[in-house]
This record gives sequence, structure tokens and C-alpha cells, in this order.
Amino acid sequence: MSSLGPHAGFILASYAAVVVVLGGLILAVILDHRAQKRALADLEQRGAGRRSERRTS
Amino acid sequence: MAGLIDLANPTRFMRLAALLLPWLVGAAAVLLAVGFYLAWFVAPADYQQGETIRIMFVHVPAAWLALMFYSVMSLSALGTLVWRHPLADVAQKAAAPIGAGFALICLLTGAFWGKPMWGTYWVWDARLTSVLVLFLIYLGIMALWRTLDEPSRAGRAVAILTLVGFVNVPIIKFSVDWWNTLHQPASVLRMGGPTIHPSMLWPLLILATGFTCLALALHLGAMRAEIMRRRVRTLTILEAERLDRLATQGSPA
Repeated sequence: MSSLGPHAGFILASYAAVVVVLGGLILAVILDHRAQKRALADLEQRGAGRRSERRTS
Repeated sequence: MAGLIDLANPTRFMRLAALLLPWLVGAAAVLLAVGFYLAWFVAPADYQQGETIRIMFVHVPAAWLALMFYSVMSLSALGTLVWRHPLADVAQKAAAPIGAGFALICLLTGAFWGKPMWGTYWVWDARLTSVLVLFLIYLGIMALWRTLDEPSRAGRAVAILTLVGFVNVPIIKFSVDWWNTLHQPASVLRMGGPTIHPSMLWPLLILATGFTCLALALHLGAMRAEIMRRRVRTLTILEAERLDRLATQGSPA
């Protein structure tokens, strides 16, 4: 900490901002991906896609 | 162009993205680890700015990526409006929060760097203000996506807004040359080569490449999620129509 000099707080705050913003983005993408995958699997399990394909063919 | 047309098939894109994602994440992890090691333990403190130069290693890549993602969105906007590429508005929608995130990092780290070096977190000079405008445009684009329900209609509206907003990109880049600003002029991407010492330049370039790999991985992941969201939407509508039809057939005439 002391090796960062008198402005250590500003340097650490910058890196904390990077961790928070990028961490949030990564988490948001992973959670969204999982949610859509689950929703798609639920719909396909209910046969939503198959039935609609049969109807349109 | 043929490659782009091949990628128009979302199933093919999903397969290719799944193949690329682990490599991009792995490359990002290695490059960021090496880059941060060099930036923190090898690069010297600046003779004028001291240890606050460590902020540069995250501030500059974030600024580059905020601009790069807006440029990607503008190309995607052309893809939506001119070529009607089916994945163009998917790419555009997925890119907006990532670009906004890097613009926010750029603004926050710039403020934390500005206070000890300039004596202020913020000043309304051309570079800082134009980056703030970029961040606000990103937020506007994300809001517009949420306003319109139908993805292709929203895609066209967002594409127009994105192309109008692109005028801000050269303003950001050249603001430090066109106006007197507190922000320093370019020291890496400039005619005549970088003015920054190699001991700081290399960690910066390695970190910029690492952040780019991470951002591309996030973009591919977000595009995959968006493609699935559209499939969910289509299947939900078809299912609702089928149930509606069944209810109509079952009800007495």
C-alpha cells in the first residue's frame, strides 16, 4: 500500500471500478445466457417448436 | 463477405461462437495476468505522475474499447439497414452494454486519475465531455432497445440512432488536437509512432489485447443469449397461437 505513494487511494479506486464494472458485465452475460437456455429448454420440452413446425409444414 | 453470409445462419453462428469462446476466455486470462504483472511489478513509476501511471493501464484500454465497440455497432447498423444481415442487430444489441461498461470505466478511472494530477475529478473540456456524450448515447441505445418490443423494428430504429451517434467517434479521437484541452494529446495511436517508453508501452499493449479478448468473449456470449431470447420469443408466440386455436376449436359454436 505504502509503495503506491500518496495517491494509493485513487489507484486502488480505479482498479476497484474496473473489477466492479467488468465483474457486473460478466455476471450479467452468464446469468442471461443461463436464463435463456433454461427458458428455451422448457419450451422445447413442452414441444412448442416441434408442434409449430408440424403445423407450418 | 461470403464468410459473413455463412454466419447469417444463427445455428452455424452458435456453433462457431461456442467453439471460439473458451479460446478467447483463455487468451484473455493469460494476457491479463501477464499484462497486470508487467504493469504492477516491472513498469517503473512515471517521472512526473509517479505511481498514478498504473491507472493508465486500465484507463487507456477502456477508452479504446469504448470507441471500438461503438464502431462495431455502427458497422452492425449498416448491416441491419443496408444488407439486412440477420445477425447484425443481434450483434448491435449485444455490444451496447459492453461498450457502455468500458465507457463508464474510462470515465471513472479518468476521474480518479484527474483528481491527483489535475486537482479535479471533472472538467468540461472537449475530450471528457465527448466521452460522456458517448456513454449517454450508449445508454440511449440500450433504452431504445427496451422501448420497442418487436426486435426487427427496434433494430432499424437503433441502427439509425447508432449511425447518427457515430459522428461523436472522430470528435473524441481528434478533440485533443482540435481544441485546447486539459487532457493530454495521443501518445500511442499517433502519426510518428508512440511517445511512451517501451517499459510502459508493452504492458499497455498486452493489457489492451487481453481486455479486447475479454470484451469479444463477452460479446459472443451476449449474442448467443440474444439469439436464444429471440427463439424463446418466437416459440412462446407460436405456443400461444396454438393454445388460442385449440381453445377456439374446443369452444361451442
